[in-house]
Amino acid sequence: MSEIIIEQGRSERQYWRDLWRYRELLYFLAWRDILVRYKQTVIGVAWAVIRPLLTMLVLTFIFGKLAKMDSGGVPYPILVFCGMLPWQFFANAFTESGNSLVSNAGMISKVYFPRLVVPISSVITSFVDFLISSVLMALMMVYYGYLPGASVLMLPLFILLAFATAFGAGLWVSALMVRYRDFRFILPFVVQFGLYISPVGFSSNVVPEQWRWLYSLNPMVGVIDGFRWAILGQQNLYWPGFWISVAGVALIILSGIWYFRRTERTFADVI
Amino acid sequence: MSESIISVENLSKCYKIGRQAAKGDGLRHVLEQAVRAPFAWLRPESREKRGKTEEFWALRGLDLEIERGQMVGIIGRNGAGKSTFLKLLSRITEPTTGRIRLRGRVASLLEVGTGFHPELTGRENIFLNGSILGMSRAEIQRKFDEIVAFAEINKFLDTPVKRYSSGMYVRLAFAVAAHLEPEILIVDEVLAVGDAEFQKKCLGKMEDVSTKEGRTVILVSHQMPAIQNLCTRCILMDRGQLQQDGKTSDVIAGYLAKGHELASGDLSQRTDRAGKGRARVTGIDLLDSSGNPLVEAASGGDVILRVSYEVRQGETLKGGLLVLDLSSDLKSFIGLSTALASKRELQLSGDGYVDFLVPKWPLLGGRYSLSVYLEAEGEAQDVIDDAAIVDTVDGDFFGSGKSHHKGWHGEYVLVPHSWDQGS
Repeated sequence: MSEIIIEQGRSERQYWRDLWRYRELLYFLAWRDILVRYKQTVIGVAWAVIRPLLTMLVLTFIFGKLAKMDSGGVPYPILVFCGMLPWQFFANAFTESGNSLVSNAGMISKVYFPRLVVPISSVITSFVDFLISSVLMALMMVYYGYLPGASVLMLPLFILLAFATAFGAGLWVSALMVRYRDFRFILPFVVQFGLYISPVGFSSNVVPEQWRWLYSLNPMVGVIDGFRWAILGQQNLYWPGFWISVAGVALIILSGIWYFRRTERTFADVI
Repeated sequence: MSESIISVENLSKCYKIGRQAAKGDGLRHVLEQAVRAPFAWLRPESREKRGKTEEFWALRGLDLEIERGQMVGIIGRNGAGKSTFLKLLSRITEPTTGRIRLRGRVASLLEVGTGFHPELTGRENIFLNGSILGMSRAEIQRKFDEIVAFAEINKFLDTPVKRYSSGMYVRLAFAVAAHLEPEILIVDEVLAVGDAEFQKKCLGKMEDVSTKEGRTVILVSHQMPAIQNLCTRCILMDRGQLQQDGKTSDVIAGYLAKGHELASGDLSQRTDRAGKGRARVTGIDLLDSSGNPLVEAASGGDVILRVSYEVRQGETLKGGLLVLDLSSDLKSFIGLSTALASKRELQLSGDGYVDFLVPKWPLLGGRYSLSVYLEAEGEAQDVIDDAAIVDTVDGDFFGSGKSHHKGWHGEYVLVPHSWDQGS
């Protein structure tokens, strides 16, 4: 028979076991968000296709046609879309998980479950959109007759990295949002700026060599470069930058869990 | 069977309240602090230490043992700490001091239909809600038909719940929760909704859960008959403390006799108040002239209205003024004022109370609303409209066996008078 002791500052011991026990809730919350997301919309899931497609067209126009940036021989739309794939995933997951705790406030103040379930399920929901976009990517590559090399086998690794980045950042923002609703306004800014300072609309090869390590402090640089390297296979991956990004992601995710766990116990009182 | 399944030791929960708390909490303030002491803001303790926050102890030093298979009712007026206790038991929030030891799986039903999504169908919500309450998918699937039958929503299973009537909604929500199989079931005032017949069904289900299946049930309710019928043991809470614990009928009798009618809520929990808040009214009690609590005042009896207050720590406020106003149907009948009744100056510090003695209570039978105004240092400190209800019964005001003429109610206040006849 399980014995639970409730005390201030004490829930660590059974926490991870609880998280495992509530893994189905994870699934149900993600399932709910997916079911609900396109209800009462006319074109439904098509939004998951149209949004990235339009963004891709705009970015291709600005960076490829107007700024005439170097794509390294890759068709510009493919270069852009390949960057957008992880970026959109990050941006959606970041926004959704950031808002997730507050929009589930009712549940949090009335039922116990490991709160980590909520932001995780938001990241999973966004991952479904990512999968839809991936299909689009594949179709585009077929259209341009651009087939990936063996490096594509490394793609799952970079998907994992993207997942970790989104999750870590989501943890921070969701926990902070509970107390400081200011983040509701900060979030869209981060996403908007991020689109332009991350190598989404251009290749990070345009960044001068001596500054690339600095540029890689943005973890999404490593993720996006990794995607391009794995799918397009042309440019060589800038490894030092990649490792800086990996270290950055590790830091974000560990500190995110730490901060989340630390503040989690008071969510119900503050939310 | 006498092994306790829940042990509670010295359990307390403190909330920070008041305007001060908000000030030290804003992002701007935190950023300011971050510049001065980087990273200190990440520690919740340091955030609490800063500034003078007011504390509110929702629960104070609770000790309790509950045995396996017991069905325990918890009663007490609003703000007595019942819901806080349940929240602690359900692990929604953590205690400030003390500990709870649970020897079994807990499921709590603090609200009907938590996590229901209006866009989803009844079927989908059963799965969603079940998993939120801690059921596994297999468990829900196994009980699915039972839940649907209990909720009586067969026909609407695939309709979004936003199209449900409120009765159907409640039935479905309760049905899911009723089919949980925890060792400990915690239920907070959820029977207040739904029609009478369904309430009866729910009560029956809970009784089954407790007696037939041997589970432990903790039930909070304002409905005394429900508690009376279901629970063998009852706990009365008052201002965060355990007031009485024993046989249900005894505790309920004690509760009803104590005059809890008077203050319809613990005033320290009221948020609909105005004033600076340096001193606050914390409670109003109705007493007889020897200081015993009254449920209601009787016309002609001697009555004490006790107004308890608290002043912010370390402050002494001068120029105090306390005014009570008793009204009915928006018409004021009585005004009581510390400034009028005496030349003494009211000085406020720490916790204390002011007793207003009203000899020969002059109101006619009925329900009166009491509003309170507390001023000090030339500023309003606390203003609460309808802070309490004072029920009055007709009494022998004149010592003549009569109280008032028909039609006087709501129009008159009684004053002692006599008459003489001359010629």
